[in-house]
Amino acid sequence: MSNTATISHDTGGKTPGAHPIVGHLVPTWLLVFVGTSLLMLTVITVAVRYIDIGEFNIVVALGVALVKATLVCLFFMHLRWDRSFNTLVFVVSVVLVLLMMAFLIMDTNQYRDTQFDGNAPNAESTLQANAPGAPVARFKPYSP
Amino acid sequence: MTTLQSQPNHAGDAHGADGAHDGAHGSAEHAKYPFLQHHFDTPHHQFDSAKLGMWLFLATEVLFFGGLFVAYAVLRNRFPEVFSYSSHYLDTIMGGINTCVLILSSLTMALAVRFAQTNRRIGLIICLILTFMGAIGFMVIKYFEYSHKIHDNLVWGTTFYVPPHDAAGELEAKELSVAPTTSITLNPVNPAVFAVPTLAQTPAVDASAIKQASRAPVGLATPTQMAKAEGLPTGEHDPSFAHPATHLVDKKMPANSHVFFAIYYAMTGLHGVHVLAGMVVIAWLLKRAIRGDFSSDYFTPVDVGGLYWHIVDLIWIFLFPLFYLIH
Amino acid sequence: MTTINISQPLDTAARPDNYITHTRGFMSWAFTLDHKRIGVMYLVSVLVSFFVGGVFALLVRTELLTPGQTIPGVTADVYNHFFTLHGAIMVFLVIIPSIPAALGNFIMPIMLGAKDVAFPRLNLFSYYLWIFGALFTVSSLLLGGFDTGWTFYTPYSTTTSAGGVIPALTGVFILGFSSIFTGLNFIVTVHKLRPPGMTWFRMPLFLWAIYATAIIQVLATPVLGITLLLLIVERAFNIGIFDPSMGGDPVLYQHFFWFYSHPAVYIMILPAMGIISELISVHAHRHIFGYKFIALSSIAIAIFSFLVWGHHMFISGQSPLLNTLFSLISFSVAIPSAVKVFNWMSTLYKGNIVLNTPMLYALAFLVLFTIGGLTGIHLATLNTDVHLHDTYFVVAHFHYVMMGSALIGMIGGLHHWWPKITGRMYNENLGRIGCIIVFIGFNVTFFTQFFLGSQGMPRRYYDYQPEYQIYHVISTIGSYIMASGFLLTAYYLLASLFGGRLAPANPWGGRSLEWQCASPPPFDNFATQPRVGDCYDFAAIRWDEKEQGYVVDPALDSTLNPNLAAKNSH
Repeated sequence: MSNTATISHDTGGKTPGAHPIVGHLVPTWLLVFVGTSLLMLTVITVAVRYIDIGEFNIVVALGVALVKATLVCLFFMHLRWDRSFNTLVFVVSVVLVLLMMAFLIMDTNQYRDTQFDGNAPNAESTLQANAPGAPVARFKPYSP
Repeated sequence: MTTLQSQPNHAGDAHGADGAHDGAHGSAEHAKYPFLQHHFDTPHHQFDSAKLGMWLFLATEVLFFGGLFVAYAVLRNRFPEVFSYSSHYLDTIMGGINTCVLILSSLTMALAVRFAQTNRRIGLIICLILTFMGAIGFMVIKYFEYSHKIHDNLVWGTTFYVPPHDAAGELEAKELSVAPTTSITLNPVNPAVFAVPTLAQTPAVDASAIKQASRAPVGLATPTQMAKAEGLPTGEHDPSFAHPATHLVDKKMPANSHVFFAIYYAMTGLHGVHVLAGMVVIAWLLKRAIRGDFSSDYFTPVDVGGLYWHIVDLIWIFLFPLFYLIH
Repeated sequence: MTTINISQPLDTAARPDNYITHTRGFMSWAFTLDHKRIGVMYLVSVLVSFFVGGVFALLVRTELLTPGQTIPGVTADVYNHFFTLHGAIMVFLVIIPSIPAALGNFIMPIMLGAKDVAFPRLNLFSYYLWIFGALFTVSSLLLGGFDTGWTFYTPYSTTTSAGGVIPALTGVFILGFSSIFTGLNFIVTVHKLRPPGMTWFRMPLFLWAIYATAIIQVLATPVLGITLLLLIVERAFNIGIFDPSMGGDPVLYQHFFWFYSHPAVYIMILPAMGIISELISVHAHRHIFGYKFIALSSIAIAIFSFLVWGHHMFISGQSPLLNTLFSLISFSVAIPSAVKVFNWMSTLYKGNIVLNTPMLYALAFLVLFTIGGLTGIHLATLNTDVHLHDTYFVVAHFHYVMMGSALIGMIGGLHHWWPKITGRMYNENLGRIGCIIVFIGFNVTFFTQFFLGSQGMPRRYYDYQPEYQIYHVISTIGSYIMASGFLLTAYYLLASLFGGRLAPANPWGGRSLEWQCASPPPFDNFATQPRVGDCYDFAAIRWDEKEQGYVVDPALDSTLNPNLAAKNSH
């Protein structure tokens, strides 16, 4: 922006350790603590991956991810001390993504049972009649 | 003061540029703070607006990636066995290291903001450099991950089914002559309409079956290669060793397994692009920090750049379990 | 207080410095940070694009005069390119940016009594993104064009041999970011740059509309971005996400596309509704009726717009469950729009209506939007949509709302703020004639298409059964009438720049802050923060002979004189 050589000294100057005139100063210990927690949570979630608890694997993995994300948002990204409108903006965007996901999963689930791999039934029966045992063409390479 | 009087003629049209001699617009604030743009009243006003603007941009990033997360959800919902199977080709440890690297770079970024806020220029510069190095580290690890997979043709689309060539230029595995089995139970509404032959069904793939990757027909691969191939999907790999693409000879590979890699490259690729963009941002902040632009009065670009870097980290925090931690 | 110094009459020789004359030269415009100049550049760009899109429209309509080939050289393939380009240019280059970026950029900060938008450099960057997006779209014409329809549906868009698809997709992608940054800028501006005294419920309704639009722009457009990106990757690398033979789903593309494109249509209409609130209240000299209802209905429309995208996909293969859900919710989205129409009509009632050009456009909007909105209900109804989908009924519906409402609103706003932007008055008689010609031409063109569609004529078809020909001929004649109306409008507006009467600061008697600075505004809008009153309180306005315009009279201002409050109509 501007050349700070012209900053007048009544702005508070450049004294190290000065307090910022805007915003909030997060204590260093808190930042390091959050960082360490994030690292530990990462180790935990990787370790859990090797333990088989069936269906709950994804729940645990995403749950830990959610905790990590919350820590990053609240402390690294300052939301804990920021205007709540900024949090609202972020939350609304996430909600919209989840809304889209919900609708799409609902939709695809409805016709999932009728989807299958392979040729259309009539084509399949013709193929089998004329060339029994021939490999089914599944993937059509892209031809521009 | 009426608006019909002619206004003092400012040099150039970029009226935001120099507020230093903007006395006619009043406010000692503008004279006191050279960085304060003319349409804002106080530094706090400008800072608040900048933060809101950045959060709105982060919302757009969430929605941008969100589309891909939705695509992931739809695909995984349809092909759960594909995701279970294919994720074993991803190196969990590498992914975990990448996650830690990104978290550490996030920490150094947050510390950089703090140093900027407290006028500690040296600390700020060091932390920005560390963050930048974290980003480089992330991209380097990612490069190794990608190159390894691309060598094996563990890629999107039809290339997935093309056998890779070894160093001698020979095909490493015969082209798949047997159609991969489908694992979707066919549930025809009216059997007469769906006059298809019974498609072979396989149960859900379990890890032990993959660890002992089935061998190709005799004569296809050397015993050494096959022995090494058995150990492959556990995630340990020797980059110097060219191994056959196990997925092509594994009869238990679910149909449409390429779909996993399509969405994998799409999401991690786009994330990588954002990491590169973040590196540009950090480099620019570094340049300005060295020039001495930031102080306890004005550190907004560092703060706002930090927010961007944190969201890059945030997205990876969700990408990691979704791809690497599938059991 | 920034009332006009009425002892100093406007004098051409001593015209004060304004934003146009402040600095000169190409560079001072190319690198300007002044929202007014950026708004004017957008305006010119959008109007040029409108002309180009209009030419394609006339080509389409002319080709449809007869079944089979009409224009020599225009085969079915070429015809596909024509309607695709018409749609893509009009949607992405004209309607979406027109009101927010062109008029909004100019008027909004002045309406707020602010010196600029929140992020002036981002504003300029948005404009350059628009230019780049437009260049990519034009370049696609040179690289083989694209014939997929503006909706780029798979599998055709991923397999068509037209070479301009990827450049066009890239162009639209870039335009999307232009839209996002404009919206971002406007949200922060409305939140942070309101003057003291202007609480949320004292803002002019145009700003509420722009704000709601900006919310949609910021939240919906990124999804378009990722959709286009996926389409580019699918086309270039065949990842298979939309290809059933590779495990993908073409309906997935449609979901992604319409998740943005439905909210996009509200990006188009909401600002126009905001303009209509201004036009009707100012030109009927009547306090807007139901201010809070109109303001909150804008936000309601923005929220609801995200919940109804599936009504574009009723026959695509979407599940019956979602079909029902979307049909239901689509009915409810009509309610906030109806609330607005009732409030506008109530504002007109017992108003001191002046039938000048802006008011005529506002009245045209009311008629055309009602027709467009009601026919939208036909399409939201699941069972009728099964018959009407992809017919000319849909074409007629969306032209009524996108062109007959959004564009008409934009042109009305252009006339309303023309004196402010250019400092000139246009020829009022020609303005009225132009509006009437456009209105007549529009209805002849598109009302006919409702009949075409309900009788089964599919859209995007080059050839048709002979029994449809009479409707097509009538429709085409209407399009020529409309085109001549637009040409007349362009003529008198351009002529006013060279010979129009100089405009006073407040030619219409408006009460919002933009009428309290000179026409054209000075370089920095307001030297000091103007005082905010009730922006729909027209009792405080009186005509000034020397000024040849309206002025705000503090003696009549009820916020200063509480005993006057009872006199003011509400």
